[in-house]
Amino acid sequence: MAQAIAFYTLSALILGFAVLVITARSSVHSVLFLVVDFLFVAALYVLLGAQFVAIIQVIVYAGGIVVLYLFVVMLVNLKRPAEAHRDKRRLARPGLALAVVVLVEMAAIALYGYVGPSPAAAAQGGLAAGNVEQVGMMLYTDYLIPFEVASMLLLVAMVGAIVLTRRNL
Amino acid sequence: MITPSHYLILSAALFVIGIIGVMVRRNIIIILMSIELILNAVNINLVAFSAQLQNTVGQVFALFVISVAAAEAAVGLGIILAFYRNKETINIDEMNLMRW
Repeated sequence: MAQAIAFYTLSALILGFAVLVITARSSVHSVLFLVVDFLFVAALYVLLGAQFVAIIQVIVYAGGIVVLYLFVVMLVNLKRPAEAHRDKRRLARPGLALAVVVLVEMAAIALYGYVGPSPAAAAQGGLAAGNVEQVGMMLYTDYLIPFEVASMLLLVAMVGAIVLTRRNL
Repeated sequence: MITPSHYLILSAALFVIGIIGVMVRRNIIIILMSIELILNAVNINLVAFSAQLQNTVGQVFALFVISVAAAEAAVGLGIILAFYRNKETINIDEMNLMRW
């Protein structure tokens, strides 16, 4: 029961702040709503027993990525509103309709396509104890090469971002 | 009782909010933020199934998605800054140099 209340509260907050992110007039407000949204998603991860992912969500998303966004919003000081010029060929309303169709489709799949856990997977044992330990073990044994590739990707992205923002590009 | 279907519907709704943001807004910074929302929806799915199947792999993949999102944000914002320096705009309707 308590879990249901927590889930519905968090869901309402996540979706509400997501709507605020995409509807806010000012980009700064949008970024701040995004921080709050990420924090509530982190709370949802805690509810799901994924403490490590929740901590990483707070540190990387709320702490790192959003600050990056805030810096760019501040650096880009616009003399005229960002959305002043409107392209006639832009199809915003059909896009909106398509998005709603996607929502209905995915909800239908989620409702009718649900399959319970396979007995073999459930027999592997609980996740309750030592979530960080389990994730770390998995990262450094089975997923070592993807892990290294991810770190290489971050290095390349870092170099790329520095090169892109040089003065004389 | 909260089943994985609940989490799937939550993540589908968040995904669609992100799609609406990408489709409707013209400010490219907001579009990038909508993409972050979409990636978050994917992560909710991965973690929900990780909890349901009692298997940590989903959480590992959520971590990979987060690292890719960080890389994407860094490069995307770098491109936005470079573009803004040249064109003085962040409106995607004015980014039509390569449009036929």
